[in-house]
Amino acid sequence: MGRFVVRRLIQMLLVMFAVSVITFLIFNVIPNSDPAVRMAGRQASESTIEAIRKEWGFDKSLPVQYVTTMQKVFTGDLESQFTQLPVGEEIRKGLPRTLSLAIGAALLWMFVAICFGLYSAVKAGRFADRFLTILALVGISMPVFWIGALMNHYLGFKLGWFPNGGYVELTEDPLDWAYHLILPWTALAILFIGFYSRVLRSNVLDTINEDFVRTARAKGLGERQIMVRHVLRNSMIPIVTLWGLDFGAVVGGGAILTETVFDLQGVGQYAAESIGQLDVPPVLATTMFLAFFVVLMNAIVDILYAYLDPRIRLL
Amino acid sequence: MSDTQPLLSVEDLHVSFATEEGVVKAVDGVSFDLRAGEVLAVVGESGSGKSVTAMTLMGLTRSPNARFEGTARFKGTELIGASEDDLRQLRGAEIAMIFQDPMTSLNPVQRIGAQIVEQIQTHGGLPDAQARERAVELLEKVGIPRARERVDSYPFEFSGGMRQRVMIALALSCDPSVLIADEPTTALDVTIQAQILERIRRLREETNAAVILVTHDLGVVADIADRIAVMYAGRIVEQGTLDEIFYDPQHPYTWGLLGSITRVDRPRPERLPAIAGLPPSLADRPEGCHFRPRCPHEFAKCSEVPPLEVRATDMPRHADRCWLSAEQKRALREVRPGEIGLHGKEGVSV
Repeated sequence: MGRFVVRRLIQMLLVMFAVSVITFLIFNVIPNSDPAVRMAGRQASESTIEAIRKEWGFDKSLPVQYVTTMQKVFTGDLESQFTQLPVGEEIRKGLPRTLSLAIGAALLWMFVAICFGLYSAVKAGRFADRFLTILALVGISMPVFWIGALMNHYLGFKLGWFPNGGYVELTEDPLDWAYHLILPWTALAILFIGFYSRVLRSNVLDTINEDFVRTARAKGLGERQIMVRHVLRNSMIPIVTLWGLDFGAVVGGGAILTETVFDLQGVGQYAAESIGQLDVPPVLATTMFLAFFVVLMNAIVDILYAYLDPRIRLL
Repeated sequence: MSDTQPLLSVEDLHVSFATEEGVVKAVDGVSFDLRAGEVLAVVGESGSGKSVTAMTLMGLTRSPNARFEGTARFKGTELIGASEDDLRQLRGAEIAMIFQDPMTSLNPVQRIGAQIVEQIQTHGGLPDAQARERAVELLEKVGIPRARERVDSYPFEFSGGMRQRVMIALALSCDPSVLIADEPTTALDVTIQAQILERIRRLREETNAAVILVTHDLGVVADIADRIAVMYAGRIVEQGTLDEIFYDPQHPYTWGLLGSITRVDRPRPERLPAIAGLPPSLADRPEGCHFRPRCPHEFAKCSEVPPLEVRATDMPRHADRCWLSAEQKRALREVRPGEIGLHGKEGVSV
């Protein structure tokens, strides 16, 4: 197990390096124009452009440019060309918000999906199953910005049951924190609940007919024990993989819409606003940061997967 | 053995499934008794209803389309139609089962020991340490080397034969009085087969458990069975002791079965004899004797269903379902002097 983890982490570092090179190329080399001009933003003076060119080493060779860029990204020594605010500081401020949203939503969608998926599988073909199937399809089909806006408008603005957007620090007031996040969590989770409960339902139905489930029954185990220890555990393996990847994807960009609709001021919203302003340094930094997060989650998922399914460890 | 009360007594068991092709009668009036310490082999080809019979006794025939009739009394408890809760008390504790495919019958993500402990604790309530100790003992007993280390292995770390031993250990864990083995050696190679059968035999001697051995392999049967029930198309067509069935078979289907095994003590035939024709579809079976369309000795009476009863007066427990007289049978079954078999039927190809 230890060797597997080490090997997987080394692989992760290699992927991160590749990601950084590709990001660098996309930002500074592929657009066939002077990177210093793009970096300086609109209506920049000749002297500003010259200063940026010196600072980022755009007059030097590509490897030197790459190293300079990475140094700037990783030391947090970047500032927005638009607001002059330090990028690192902005990301640090946005990260707890983005993670609050993503972790809460991920727990919510996993929990509800397990309940729905299991129930649907146990009642396969009956009314409850069909009802949940339709519900899942509706959930999958609703875009998050639309359902988010509806919830915000009706439950937040019209009925006043929930705060109309905004964010409260967890450390400040945990209850208020959760209260502010209920709508964003739900809006983000709905799509995944629909999807996950369908996948889990079919996995459970496949697993239920496995020989080892018959063995479990022949051992005299109770129905609940059979479902949880034998059926669910085996059906969960693919779902957990999916979960980690989706969680990474949500943090790495998937939550942009939700953050914006509910005005949570997370990393995603920061990235979206910076893109709107063609503000290159924050876009570069958030891209790198979120891509790294996805890669990290991938590694964690693989390690978790090896824990869940012992057959993986040999590979 | 014959004067003790039977441990398990199955009477007129019917299992049918409603399918799109009509009602499939998988088990059609099966009756047998099982006594402690006895090995009953249920023999028949695929689809003869032998596995369904075994599964039904455990309440493991789980289909919403299945219908059950008849009785199966185990130590005074009725098994057919018993509640899930009652069956759960018996499963694994009183009646245990070994399945055909050891590669898929163990939970792939649970340690071997944990799977055994789970069963022990379901029925016994032993504390963790003791249950684990018992699991190690059981693994040693079924011949797993270095059992103390291997108890923490996963099934994928074991070969097929080893896994089947684990299945046996699992089945033994609560000292059941009946062990149902559904083709326990079919998925294993011949040398492992012999070892597994040896295990089952030893188990029977040590614990006096009764064994129902479901198989299509007459070689396995000859090795270990006390009594044999031959099944064809959902019915038992012949039932008797090992010697009676092997040396004095009464039903033409049994002759065909015995005639179609290779024997080292006889000259090798050009072609391995086979019974002409195919078994009937269980949804649409012939009237009367089910073997009639394939039987070269068919006559008018065969359109009535022959009851399973003792027909040869010199063998009080040897019953069969064939209208021919015992004398006729003994004359007809010799394909060559001293050799039992079934002639091909005219117009029916192999």
